[in-house]
Amino acid sequence: MARETEDPGMAKASKVKRQRKKKTKENKTRTVHANLLYDNAKGEENPNRHYANNKIKTTKYTVLSFLPKNLFEQFHRFANVYFVFIALLNFVPVVNAFQPELALAPVVFILSVTAIKDLWEDYRRHRSDKEINHMDCLVYSRAERSYVEKYWKEVRVGDFIRLRCNEILPADVLLLSSSDPDRLCHIETATLDGETNLKQRQVVRSFFDLDCDFDPIKYNSIIECEKPNNDLNRFRGYIIHRSGRRDALYKENLLLRGCTIRNTEEAVGIVIYAGHETKAMLNNNGPRYKRSKLERQMNVDVFWCVIILLVMCLFAAVGHGLWMFQYGDKRPVFDVLSPDGTDLSPIMSAIYLFLTMIIVFQVLIPISLFVSIEIVKICQVYFIHQDMELYDEETDSHLQCRALNITEDLGQMQYIFSDKTGTLTENKMVFRRCTVAGVEYSHDANARRLAMYQEMDSEEEECTSHGGTLPNEPASCLSTQPSAAPWSVRLTFTHFSYSVLSADKPSSDLQEKDITPDPQLLDKVNECSSQMDFMRFHSQPMSQLPSDLADVIDFFIALTICNTVVVSSPNQPRQKVQLTSTKSIQSNHLQVNKGSSSSLITNRSSNKGCSSMLSSPSAESTLTKLDEEQPPRDLEHNFGPVLPCYDGKAWNLEEGELRYEAESPDEAALVYAARAYKCSLVGRLPDQVTMELPHLGKLNFELLHTLGFDSTRKRMSVVVRHPLTDQITVYTKGADSVIMDLIKPPDTGSSKGKRQKKIVNRTQNYLNLYAADGLRTLCIAKKIMSKEQYACWLQHHLEAETAIQGREELLFESALRLETNLQLLGATGIEDRLQDGVPETIASLRKAGLQIWVLTGDKQETAVNIAYACKLLDPEEEILTLNADSQEACALFNFTTFEIYPSSSPSSSSSSHTPPFMVHRLGLVIDGRTLAYALDKSLEDKFLAVARSCRSVLCCRSTPLQKSMVVKLVRNKLKVMTLAIGDGANDVSMIQVADVGVGISGQEGMQAVMASDFALPRFRYLQKLLLVHGHWCYSRLANMILYFFYKNAMFVALIFWYQFYCGFSGSAMIDQWYLIFFNLMFSAFPQLITGTLDKDVSAETLQQLPQLYVNGQNSEEYKPYMFWMNMIDAFYQSLVCFFIPYFAYADSDVDLFTWGTPFTTLALFTILVHLGIETKTWTWMNWLSIAFSIALFFTVALCYNASCPTCYSPSNPYWTMQRLLQDPLFYLLCVITPVAALLPRYFYRACQGTLFPSPIFLRFRRLKNWNIFWCFCNPGKCLYHNDASQHMIRF
Amino acid sequence: MMATSYNAKEEDGHHSGASSHGAAGVVKSKKPDNTAFKQQRLPAWQPILTAGTVLPAFFVIGLIFIPIGIGLYVSSNNIKEFEIDYTGVDISNPCYSCAKNFSWNSTTPCVCSMNFTLEQPFESNVFMYYGLSNFYQNHRRYVKSRDDSQLNGDQSALKNPSKECEPYRTSDGLPIAPCGAIANSLFNDTLELYHIDSNNTRNTIPLVKKGIAWWTDKHVKFRNPGENLTAAFQGTNKPVNWRKPVYELDPSDPDNNGFINEDFIVWMRTAALPTFRKLYRIIQKKSNTTPTLPSGKYVLEITYNYPVLSFDGRKRMILSTISWMGGKNPFLGIAYITVGSICFFLGVVLLIIHHKYDTRSNSADIPN
Repeated sequence: MARETEDPGMAKASKVKRQRKKKTKENKTRTVHANLLYDNAKGEENPNRHYANNKIKTTKYTVLSFLPKNLFEQFHRFANVYFVFIALLNFVPVVNAFQPELALAPVVFILSVTAIKDLWEDYRRHRSDKEINHMDCLVYSRAERSYVEKYWKEVRVGDFIRLRCNEILPADVLLLSSSDPDRLCHIETATLDGETNLKQRQVVRSFFDLDCDFDPIKYNSIIECEKPNNDLNRFRGYIIHRSGRRDALYKENLLLRGCTIRNTEEAVGIVIYAGHETKAMLNNNGPRYKRSKLERQMNVDVFWCVIILLVMCLFAAVGHGLWMFQYGDKRPVFDVLSPDGTDLSPIMSAIYLFLTMIIVFQVLIPISLFVSIEIVKICQVYFIHQDMELYDEETDSHLQCRALNITEDLGQMQYIFSDKTGTLTENKMVFRRCTVAGVEYSHDANARRLAMYQEMDSEEEECTSHGGTLPNEPASCLSTQPSAAPWSVRLTFTHFSYSVLSADKPSSDLQEKDITPDPQLLDKVNECSSQMDFMRFHSQPMSQLPSDLADVIDFFIALTICNTVVVSSPNQPRQKVQLTSTKSIQSNHLQVNKGSSSSLITNRSSNKGCSSMLSSPSAESTLTKLDEEQPPRDLEHNFGPVLPCYDGKAWNLEEGELRYEAESPDEAALVYAARAYKCSLVGRLPDQVTMELPHLGKLNFELLHTLGFDSTRKRMSVVVRHPLTDQITVYTKGADSVIMDLIKPPDTGSSKGKRQKKIVNRTQNYLNLYAADGLRTLCIAKKIMSKEQYACWLQHHLEAETAIQGREELLFESALRLETNLQLLGATGIEDRLQDGVPETIASLRKAGLQIWVLTGDKQETAVNIAYACKLLDPEEEILTLNADSQEACALFNFTTFEIYPSSSPSSSSSSHTPPFMVHRLGLVIDGRTLAYALDKSLEDKFLAVARSCRSVLCCRSTPLQKSMVVKLVRNKLKVMTLAIGDGANDVSMIQVADVGVGISGQEGMQAVMASDFALPRFRYLQKLLLVHGHWCYSRLANMILYFFYKNAMFVALIFWYQFYCGFSGSAMIDQWYLIFFNLMFSAFPQLITGTLDKDVSAETLQQLPQLYVNGQNSEEYKPYMFWMNMIDAFYQSLVCFFIPYFAYADSDVDLFTWGTPFTTLALFTILVHLGIETKTWTWMNWLSIAFSIALFFTVALCYNASCPTCYSPSNPYWTMQRLLQDPLFYLLCVITPVAALLPRYFYRACQGTLFPSPIFLRFRRLKNWNIFWCFCNPGKCLYHNDASQHMIRF
Repeated sequence: MMATSYNAKEEDGHHSGASSHGAAGVVKSKKPDNTAFKQQRLPAWQPILTAGTVLPAFFVIGLIFIPIGIGLYVSSNNIKEFEIDYTGVDISNPCYSCAKNFSWNSTTPCVCSMNFTLEQPFESNVFMYYGLSNFYQNHRRYVKSRDDSQLNGDQSALKNPSKECEPYRTSDGLPIAPCGAIANSLFNDTLELYHIDSNNTRNTIPLVKKGIAWWTDKHVKFRNPGENLTAAFQGTNKPVNWRKPVYELDPSDPDNNGFINEDFIVWMRTAALPTFRKLYRIIQKKSNTTPTLPSGKYVLEITYNYPVLSFDGRKRMILSTISWMGGKNPFLGIAYITVGSICFFLGVVLLIIHHKYDTRSNSADIPN
């Protein structure tokens, strides 16, 4: 419903905003009071009265305003104004050419078609608005002293709302109370950003400690916050209590409209923003209107048409003036005086005639062109949507065209800018190896297993490719899939688990969670934790632990807690598992036994029952230890004997009791990896993280701060109080480049320092190794802070947090202050598998002449390796690597490389067997820092020159901004068509800048999709989208537009020639009805069918021969000269079509309209046959449409000519057609004229097909039966075997 | 894009393909249907235009067109036609004086006669045309200047003619019937034809004045406003250039008088081109034995009423027989022959091209 509501909503909201801005110009903040205080004084005194209420109205029109407003909007289109102007011109008696009412018809038709479309859309909006406005929610009423049901539209800013589980938020609400014992509220934001993981929101801190239920009556604070804005991730303000205390408000306190409450029984909040001022509504930016390259080109030609029109009119006007002039004063009888009986001077009549001619020749500017293009595009989009090959079974999603009017741009792309992670790769992270304290743990078993998976996958592919059309039938070829049960109990379940898994989940999902621990490291973890356990029992300080073991345990602690992963249970993904802080054995057992059926309520009640914290860690750990020992045995006992009827659900519950919902797949991979070492995360609260360690049991880490990940810092940190050492510890996880710089420089003197240095060096080595393997690397570091240090930092940090102005910057600085002098623990290598078909897709896109640039935030080595893996870089290529520290160095670099290029290129191109389109044998790798210099004004040209000479370009470590700058630079400087493809929020700017933005609807939420023009489920679909649909859309539309110009010019020129024989009086031999409806009805359908369905080359061929794509890149279907060729052809054809009937009827007793009617018929036949020559693929629809067109014309003509003997002045065509049909001459004309008119074109096409065939023509020649005039074949079966075709085609 | 979409899943596709999606509302799975139409795999004919494939078409067209053209040419040549210009531009022309002295408002008719000789006899029905040149009956304002309702006998239109008739709508305060410039400029020469037989007597050739207009015009489009024409046209004025009112166009025959006068109807069907002819009379074949117009001398007597010199016009009288394809016009035959020949020629060119290039490049293809 809301999908199409955005545009007006946005406009509306901004209007509202603007209005309000005027009223409350003075304050930059919004103040919200509780409505309850002002309940009596309804509108007047309520300070919230200026704020928009929650009623949304996304419709553009009301019943009354529809007509004027819609017309007003339509008249924004210049063409419409032009046509209305012409129609109105007809009402001026001196210049009118047609019956004024009739002349209005086409314009009214076009306008009403658009208006009906708008009306229908608006009605849909209205309906969905109504539905939304009438949804129920609970609002506190002062009169009733309780929450009463109200419609959404009645909600106002300042109302208190009670929300229940699974309810949708009606407005942006500040969370004041939650039934959750931890004062949390979980929400799902899928409708906002597409992220399906649960997010936690917190009750405002000052209401945190309320023991009893929140009572709105007692609420008397005032909220100051920022004005409504569309930033979903920002909310700041403070709440002022009566006591004068101020508490800061964060985005964690705000529940956004459109989200769904999950896992939380009840929550209460106060409405801050309502209706159109909610962040969700402000984020609604409507479908984007882009103008395609073809359309821009077309507009140029429309402009030329206008010039031609004016020239023709001018010519006729001058001609008329001269014609008048030759008679001098002697007025001939046929030169009728103007209506008022006055004599017109030749000049005056020439001027009037000019206007008349504009009306007569108006058809030259095709009124139906714009409508036809829109119709054709909609059909094209429909077909793209319907393509089975662009449908992803796994996610049940197919390609979405979000921009309707740039389909043909897909056929003209020249540069592709691709993100790496999630676009080329699966973005399903698999933990591969790690380094802890300088020791590498290679996880060989894991690697072997992964290799097996991959083999399996390829087997699977083979299976499907042999097996026919239905892809992804895992059951048929996964029979050898090994077990994939998580953690160590895996062996026990080997026999049965795979069947369950393969049925339940895609195999790639498993790899994330299924990690075989490295035995060495596992031993160390066990040893370490048992030692720690021992020490804890004997109250020894933890610092006695050998430092390498301490590092190991710290490493896993960091992996487990330094993230934002939320824990949930798999069977009830939306129900929070109450494994929070403390648990009695009873409650734990309850869970084990009841399994999925254990309801939230029972859990909660048991929780409440013992809500007082068990503060002694030892007591707790013994409990949990007991638990820990139990499950495997249980499981074996329970399920061992009953293998055949094993129920997967129950198994899932026991085994995968914990499910992690992470914002990024890396985090999840690390947490799952840690779990494989039995360091599992069991619960996360805003202020506490619980993890379970072997031997040690559950440990609660008091979470002091979380400094979230951002792309500038490239790291995240958590500050916790270590429960065992009671130290304040900072765990930092981040990109190696940044972490390595933050490592505390070891003091070389001490042995510890030496060890540190060694660790750092070794780790760095391994990091390089990992990167060379194409793994994503992360460094893990920690820092122990003294209480004083922490207190000092905390003070600054709190200041930063409460600041309203520049809070972000302050927080950023505060984070920087914290993340220094770290101690390196280790590093991880995570593999991100390539998506299926990526190398093939890249190879074929490249063959298609597309330049592919990969812009990634990853580190250089990783990126280079992935680039090799996906065949973006060729081992034979020379790689230019640009890493510069300063601008000067960079400039130098550019210079040298620039000189390298010409010397190296001839050698490569001269080698005989290289295909000619692979001239560039250079690959360019540039990192973010150098890119920053390269993008500088002074260097960008050089950079581009180098980049252009390279076959592939890889930009690593680039920020989102740099990505978009690169795209913008290439687009603007090289004047090429660019496509950006990406899946994450960091690609949004790049997607928006490119001519065509493609979003991958993958793992990282919907932001990229939201910004994109096309959304694909997988990268490999890009191949068919571009090579097949892009090519088709482009060639269809280009041909249709050219045909349109031809058609109109040809038709109009007929009348122009006639002017020479009617004294340039603006007379038309063609009946005005035919003249006006010719374009709109008689000749409209075949071209629409051809424009929608014609295929110059079959889909198979286009995919086999990507080279054909060059056709669109070079705009070969629609070059400027083609417009003129078509115009010349049109003039030639019109000459033939005019003069054959002219001479055939010369000096006869034929009357004007009996003579004129054959012209319409001839023109119709000629343009239909012309279309036939240009049509490459004939289906029954083409035949039908042509037959329909002809039948329609004759039916209309016969009915029209029989309908009224006195109407339709001046032609009064009564019985004309009927008489013509009895005249043999008419038929003779109908045969010869189209033949004569189309001879040159037919001949030209035939010669072209033989003498200088385009690559596309060559395709056909390859057909075995090429010498048969046609091949009646199903294009699907008609496969052309063209192994060596690449060498055939030269460009 | 996001926000209020609470049943986002269902609506997903609808946004983008709003109007296109309707038919394919697959609710359960979004998997598209595997139909030939939706997958764009309809069975198709893919003509390939190359010299080899196209040249049969050229030859076929040539072979069909040339015989048709010859047939047309022959049948056009069999038509007998005689034309005589009686405008009177030259002094030698008998109508010179009439043409010089005449203007619209002269009252006395000027009569002139022209002699001519038919070399060959006209066998079948002969159609007698008057032809005008340089007369722009197709001028935009002229074409419009009529009122079809009035001509159809509509009473209200009779009294209140359409505005299109301006400035020939009213005269002296009375509505003009028939109004408009076309009617006003009605061709009013009278032509009479005499055969001068061997003993030099002038035999009047009977000219049939009915059946020269379209049947639908005479019986459907044009109607008199009443039976009694004089009464019916009471309160209207004659067109300015006319000598007599419309109800006196042919007093001898009430079925050819008023608006349904066939000369008038023929004139009202405005010609397409500035040089045109209009059917004036029909000379019907009397018997199978004698030709309609035997060869010999004839006299055309013209009552010269219609001035054309002011706009450099010409007036002609044409006698013509007609065939199934109309009057004498060799053009179409020639055109067919020409186009047919060109096709044939192009066919030969294509054949050469085909042999020279098509086979070569084809054989070049095969090794690949």
